[in-house]
Amino acid sequence: MKVTVDQGLCCGSGNCVMLVPDVFDQREEDGIVTLLNPEPAAELHGAVREAADMCPAAAISVDEGK
Amino acid sequence: MDDNVSLDFPLDHPLPRVTALEPPREWEALRERCPVARVRLPSGDEASLVTRYHDARQVLSDPRFGRTLSAPGAARLSATESGGAFSGEMSGPIPQSGPGHERWRRLLNRWFTARRMAALRPGIEEMASRLIDEMIGRGQPADLKESLAFPLPVWVICDMLGVPDSDREKFAHWSDAMLSLTRYTGAEMKEAGAEFAAYMARHVDAKRAEPADDLLSELIVASNAEGQGLSEAELVATGRALLVAGHETTANMIGKMVAMLLADRRRWERLLADRSLVRTAVEEALRFDANLGFGMVRYIDDDIEVGDTPVRRGTTVVCDLAAANRDEAAFDGAGEMDLARSPNPHLSFGAGPHSCLGQALARTELQAVLDVLLRLLPSLELAVPATELRRVEGLLVTGLREVPVTWKES
Repeated sequence: MKVTVDQGLCCGSGNCVMLVPDVFDQREEDGIVTLLNPEPAAELHGAVREAADMCPAAAISVDEGK
Repeated sequence: MDDNVSLDFPLDHPLPRVTALEPPREWEALRERCPVARVRLPSGDEASLVTRYHDARQVLSDPRFGRTLSAPGAARLSATESGGAFSGEMSGPIPQSGPGHERWRRLLNRWFTARRMAALRPGIEEMASRLIDEMIGRGQPADLKESLAFPLPVWVICDMLGVPDSDREKFAHWSDAMLSLTRYTGAEMKEAGAEFAAYMARHVDAKRAEPADDLLSELIVASNAEGQGLSEAELVATGRALLVAGHETTANMIGKMVAMLLADRRRWERLLADRSLVRTAVEEALRFDANLGFGMVRYIDDDIEVGDTPVRRGTTVVCDLAAANRDEAAFDGAGEMDLARSPNPHLSFGAGPHSCLGQALARTELQAVLDVLLRLLPSLELAVPATELRRVEGLLVTGLREVPVTWKES
């Protein structure tokens, strides 16, 4: 799995950070998403998919590498 | 599909309800047969109501469309001189679109990050515990809305803004007036707006003179640097907007969430048996709530297609978020409350660049209050049949008038 984020689209909802803090974080100054780990471990894949599906700004993309 | 529901256009929006928690019967027929429907607003003006999930998401995510209904052809929401909320008076000087909005938004975002919310959570749980203990002390039956759902978020947002929560009766009145559809006259709305603005202007002055550890003080300090931060007018409008948004919606949602969970007590019992479901249960309560309120408004200043339906320039579109959240095209078993639903990309916080600024705070408050309630009052029950619950009418945000509850004395 390969994760990418679009900081231009991000509205700073913080939902992804609440769901998977090992993979997503927010910049202190403006709440915009940062990616801690673009290739998360298999046990996090479900939560990462959920974060991508629930992102209000559709700022998270997940390439399943199939 | 329900072919028996007759749709006489223009329909009245908001649609009348049979019972407080049930969705109007027209939603399913609208999604199926008329996904962009002519409706008449309380002002008498017409608008287009969007009820399908993917259509609502498309409109909300389109950065071209703003929510200020100040254009000459835009619909008015309420039959008052100004046209009510979204006429531009409420948001005032806060930029509503483009780079100005993005700058404002990013300045505010830092106050609502997941990390900050995690730090607030123990304090919120402590406050919830105290309010529940006081409710128990006063005896039963109790109104959970008055005892817990309302004071908790008011306390949280007042603490963040550094305003005294002892003024909460004033805030509640000003906030209701700002969000009025039909409850207040134009003169009452104007007077409440002016009082609220004067209050917040005095508060901003006081924080300027004596900055403390709160959101407004830090915004003021940031705004002292040249070319940065917010103007005086923007600061006052931001304070008002946060105070209103920070308590009215969450207070209503706490009451509705508890009512929905207790309306079918198997839901409550499932949570008692498995507390790990609290997070998804909160999201499902947000999705399943048929009383999210008026909906999200957009003024369409370009010809577009919503789904397959052409929408002409100059149309006021209302995205009915609660109707969209019940769309089978987006949610399997949309008419069932599934406390473990995942993912749950509901639209209750909107979508796109205007998606709710305080959603991490709302989630944190809802999760915290549910956790504490399950722990302190596992025997909680509705004191009246769910069909006897009554809605608050005439405001843009909708909640229950009361949430009467009982419990077993331990």
